[in-house]
Amino acid sequence: MTAASSTRTTTAFEARSLECIRDDRMLFEDLSFTITSGQALVLEGSNGSGKTSLLRILCGIRLPESGELFWEGDSIFRLGPEFHEHMAYLGHKDGSKLDLTPLENLRIARGLGKARADIGLEEALDQVGLYGFEDVPTRNLSAGQQRRLAIARLLVTDAKLWILDEPFTSLDRKGIAHMERLFEGHLNRGGMAAMTTHHRIGFRDDVQLVRINLSER
Amino acid sequence: MSTLSLTSAFTLLLKRDLVLAYRRRAEMVNPMLFFVLVTAMFPLGIGNDPKLIEAVGPGVVWVAALLAALLSLDSMFRSDFDDGSLEQFMLSAHPVSILVLAKVLAHWLVTGLPLFVVAPLLAVLLNVPSSAIPTLMLTLVLGTPVLSLIGSVGVALTVGLRRGGVILSLLVLPLYVPVLIFATDAVKTAIVGIPTTAQLSILSAMLVGSLVLAPMATAASLRISLS
Repeated sequence: MTAASSTRTTTAFEARSLECIRDDRMLFEDLSFTITSGQALVLEGSNGSGKTSLLRILCGIRLPESGELFWEGDSIFRLGPEFHEHMAYLGHKDGSKLDLTPLENLRIARGLGKARADIGLEEALDQVGLYGFEDVPTRNLSAGQQRRLAIARLLVTDAKLWILDEPFTSLDRKGIAHMERLFEGHLNRGGMAAMTTHHRIGFRDDVQLVRINLSER
Repeated sequence: MSTLSLTSAFTLLLKRDLVLAYRRRAEMVNPMLFFVLVTAMFPLGIGNDPKLIEAVGPGVVWVAALLAALLSLDSMFRSDFDDGSLEQFMLSAHPVSILVLAKVLAHWLVTGLPLFVVAPLLAVLLNVPSSAIPTLMLTLVLGTPVLSLIGSVGVALTVGLRRGGVILSLLVLPLYVPVLIFATDAVKTAIVGIPTTAQLSILSAMLVGSLVLAPMATAASLRISLS
């Protein structure tokens, strides 16, 4: 077995019979799953099948019509900010200010979450390939570089659960492979992820994936 | 979360909004410019009747300040909503109401405080007696934060709408009326020379009340707008 399984703790994120209705259309019902340390939930499904809606429910931005979500046994709706310090969300929008520099953007991201002690802001930028762009206004970065900055935001907080909505948008092929290594690293450290992507995921074979296809349910 | 990191998150967000305002300072001058222009137009429109101008002076300053505040409200959450920063605030490890308070404070420092600074000049322009100018300043310093705080609830409710402008005015203006009434009444009373403690106390009470309640209402409204 891998190093990941030896460091495994009891941390778990559990969904119990979630139901989501959007504009009078049932997107999914009775959806349950559990992910534990080192596992990644991969959501599949055609456009409009409710992938983004489900991810937003998992974050706690959106409320499900019915069903519950548990973080280590406690309901996330009751935990509130206490749950949010364990999770990081990367949505369709990057959440970076274009008038600030990448370094300033990361500093805010770190301040809003629970700061990770073992990584500096410059180091995080270096890890996503933005070394040398610390002080360039984010507006002047390319779309792919802005996406990389958004991914760097995940690295600077101590979040265990990464919720990623199409994280590879506008990245080049090399960039995608590089980010996959970063995500694998997170899972190997005992992290968890819930993600959607249209790209075929090239994680190593020993990464445990929990696949849910929303269109075929 | 410890208190220390909560205060640092508050100052971090406050500084962020001030830096952003500084980097787009051309936009931030608009409310003040509006305030100055509207107030300067009134004597020209009314004609050279000093008595009449003196009578409407406090009201004109306050109505212009109120409209300038309303004009600037939409910028409070708009860009954060558009670029996804607002989602990140809702998902932060800190209570959203504290972050909202930091944003409202930054917004007031950028749009409300300049009004307070130019108000004495405009009061002179409108023939407000110099004895009443300190009271006018006091009503502005107590009243304009209330405008920002109450406004934040309205903006939070309408930020998700494509065209929230008119709805925002309809939502917020009725709630501004008490501030307007007590503030202008305080200045008019001061012109006559009667103590204004009662009006100022009520304005202070409004400030304290909205300081406590508005951030929570705004946080809840933002949650509705984002879901």
